[in-house]
Amino acid sequence: MTTQPAIPNSFRSGPDERGHFGMFGGRFVAETLMPLILSVEQAWEAARIDPAFREELDYWLKDYVGRPSPLYLAGRLTAHHGGAKIYFKRDELNHTGAHKINNTMGQILLARRMGKTRIIAETGAGQHGVATATVCALFGLPCIVYMGATDVERQAPNVFRMKLLGAEVRPVTSGTATLKDAMNEALRDWVAHVDDTFYIIGTAAGPHPYPQMVREFQCVIGNEVREQIMAAEGRLPDTLVACIGGGSNAIGLFHPFLDDPAVMMIGVEAAGHGIATGRHAAAMTGGRPGVLHGNRTYLLQDEDGQIQDAHSISAGLDYPGVGPEHAWLHDSGRVSYVPITDDEALASFQQCTRLEGIIPALEPAHALAHVAKIAPDLPKDHILVMNMCGRGDKDVFTVAKALGVAL
Amino acid sequence: MSRIERRFAALRAEGRAAFVPFIMAADPDLATCEAILAGLPAAGADLIELGVMFSDPMADGPAIQAAGLRARSGGASVRHTLAMVRRFRAADSDTPIVLMGYYNPLYIYGCAAFVKDAAAAGVDGLIVVDLPPEEDAELAPFARAAGIDFVRLATPTTDDARLPVVLGGASGFVYYVAIAGITGTRSASSYAVIQAVTRIKRHTNLPVAVGFGIRTAAQAEAVAAVADAAVVGSALVQKLAETLDSAGHATARTVPEVLAFVRDLATGVQRARRGKAA
Repeated sequence: MTTQPAIPNSFRSGPDERGHFGMFGGRFVAETLMPLILSVEQAWEAARIDPAFREELDYWLKDYVGRPSPLYLAGRLTAHHGGAKIYFKRDELNHTGAHKINNTMGQILLARRMGKTRIIAETGAGQHGVATATVCALFGLPCIVYMGATDVERQAPNVFRMKLLGAEVRPVTSGTATLKDAMNEALRDWVAHVDDTFYIIGTAAGPHPYPQMVREFQCVIGNEVREQIMAAEGRLPDTLVACIGGGSNAIGLFHPFLDDPAVMMIGVEAAGHGIATGRHAAAMTGGRPGVLHGNRTYLLQDEDGQIQDAHSISAGLDYPGVGPEHAWLHDSGRVSYVPITDDEALASFQQCTRLEGIIPALEPAHALAHVAKIAPDLPKDHILVMNMCGRGDKDVFTVAKALGVAL
Repeated sequence: MSRIERRFAALRAEGRAAFVPFIMAADPDLATCEAILAGLPAAGADLIELGVMFSDPMADGPAIQAAGLRARSGGASVRHTLAMVRRFRAADSDTPIVLMGYYNPLYIYGCAAFVKDAAAAGVDGLIVVDLPPEEDAELAPFARAAGIDFVRLATPTTDDARLPVVLGGASGFVYYVAIAGITGTRSASSYAVIQAVTRIKRHTNLPVAVGFGIRTAAQAEAVAAVADAAVVGSALVQKLAETLDSAGHATARTVPEVLAFVRDLATGVQRARRGKAA
């Protein structure tokens, strides 16, 4: 007998019926929420195999979100690095400017199917909050977004956007007043409003079935890439690169390729000021397995199991955990996870803007920074796809401040 | 017979319910908390719930969140909490102590090591809020094997179909969370509590403790009239907070005022004599 996890026949078959990806995932929630989580699971299981649900989602993704998003050959960036052929999956062109709406659209359709009349969400940078407020406006449902008081202050434009969309933004002052506390507060709200409320979680984390459900809504990214790259190159890509906060954009890109052994995948975590400084958000590089927010996964925590604050210049990556499927893919070795610092991301943010005329969000700027590290040494026929999961308009103030520019 | 079973049997013989105060270990500091803990049995505590602080207590309201933050700066850790129980147990071999908290600090301590050390320290029961029956296989069996009761939570959302899942493998007592909500917010009506306790008792012979929303001696009395135990947490923790100085440190008032409130609540429970219990 060995204690090493066996290599599975497929990397795409998880989670098991209780939501476990190997030792990760699961449903670690208070009893008050358990029956509710089970009913979400039941509704989700019915919806995912219902062609009418799929058809409705496809309609909104096409005519409202603007899918499919293009797969773009970044010619000048490719020439600059002088190696691998670099493609961007342009999910920053979606309505609301990021991949988040792929998921909020799916979840609100499920909420409607379940007859829920009130929507709650957590948000860090505000992108998921905006994407949730948007679909709530679209379907006329009341929306409450929990947001750390610290984030409310530093993401004022997104707070105003959510309010314009009719959402109520509730600043969270408990704990450390950041994304993890916003998630705690959303869970507390849910516990107190179990009858009428649906919780739209923003990333592929939380109690089962959320990691699986969010993944399936985000897999539209990878599924499109598969078709688009076959049309453009006649073969599958060699390398996929995506940034990881909770990891929803990355799992959406990676999952359709997990059983194609020739496709290498790299998830890029936020290393903040550097792993050694302790001021980072790289749960897999710098954390260890634990239980938070309904699932077991890699977490930043101290030796007593108290959760530590994450740090990243990118508010969207500023979370002390990661989705449980990534934790499993990390341990099984199928996907590599690497850290990129604030400074490296900032440099790539500027480089991409100037070379390609595309202002990336700070989140995919981390992925771009890793591309900059590996592309020059790869052969010219190596096909690399990076997920441009968000646009950077929201980040220009943060970047100006980091560069010492007064606006 | 476990210490918890003995205590409930003795109270049944007296024809009354148990009063169960909750305090957070190391709130506001280790020494003050230990003095309160030592004084609880004489003040009328029949069982004691001792909170193990966690940075992200998702089922708790503002009062217990604040207690957790104070405890963290007061030096709380699982190790310190167990040491506190060990010293308490040296002086009191009768009053059951139930640790209540979230899974991660125990998981990081190591389930096997934690159960062993907790049993050695004299811990009688565990309530792990975010460890539902579906996930507790890595802790509950070890706890039971070590003689520690694994107390399960039932809530207003736990319907008759699910109750057997929750009660399967439960021991010590059942903790009924009286409201669908977080600690320290609303209170359930007496009618709702009676209905719920009656419903749970159809499924189990274990004593049923009721908590969440009990803030006064009168409310404790009303619950004690229908349940086997009344748990008071947020109100007690809030009383403690009121005695602290502006920097959040204990004052000369802290221990006596907390214990006086415990006496008041315990008197309420003791008033609710139920004759010969069911």
